[in-house]
Amino acid sequence: MSSTSQMVVPIKADVDVVTARQEARRLVSGLRFSSSELTLIATAISEVARNIVAYAGSGEVVLRIGQRGERRGLVVIARDQGPGISNIERAMQDGYSTSRGLGLGLPGSKRLMDEFELVSEVGKGTEITMVKWER
Amino acid sequence: MRASILKQNKFLIASVQGSMSDADLVQLREELASGVRRYRSTGAMVDVTMLDVMDSFAVRTLRGIAQMVKLLGAECIVVGIQPDVAFSMVQLGLTLEGTMTALDLEDGLDLLNARNFGDPARNE
Repeated sequence: MSSTSQMVVPIKADVDVVTARQEARRLVSGLRFSSSELTLIATAISEVARNIVAYAGSGEVVLRIGQRGERRGLVVIARDQGPGISNIERAMQDGYSTSRGLGLGLPGSKRLMDEFELVSEVGKGTEITMVKWER
Repeated sequence: MRASILKQNKFLIASVQGSMSDADLVQLREELASGVRRYRSTGAMVDVTMLDVMDSFAVRTLRGIAQMVKLLGAECIVVGIQPDVAFSMVQLGLTLEGTMTALDLEDGLDLLNARNFGDPARNE
């Protein structure tokens, strides 16, 4: 995956959630995404960035354009050095939440994007990588 | 706050901006609830036409606003959910069950007027 441009959005408070999705919209403005795909992307970013604020307190969202063959896409990496997720299988289930959330954030984000990978270690942190490819 | 609340007769109309933070939404909830009490409003509308993203927190807060307004004895209608946003909500698995929705302000106003017991004096 070549990275032509990359953007790092520090996530410390709920306002940064808004910044992250606005930056993503700006970054992909040259890509062929429909307005409904742009909304899906912004929503998924909102969910993973919100998780950082809720569970880890702070972290970052890295946004970059990826390429696979002729196709370009948006790569989103949300990482934190928070408490980590002890039971990933359960965290990926609809309706499961340990905070005041609806428990739809992670499994929901996975449905919104084309690729979704979650790596987490208890006591170390969590890193979520998601990709949405141009059609 | 990045939302404005207008009073029209017995109704309150809250317009939400495109990039509201969580704190803004929570503040909207508080101001709308206190507005309903202060003006003895019989109906409230939350216009989300400008909202480009509705994630789980926003949906939960909106649901909370609607339930709270209802408990105060007024009707609450969420209007203007954009088709893209609705699609994204469905994909996420989010619903606004138990909350009245309408296409836009005009339809919402009609709905409120029809729902307010058909008593025109109430809406003057």
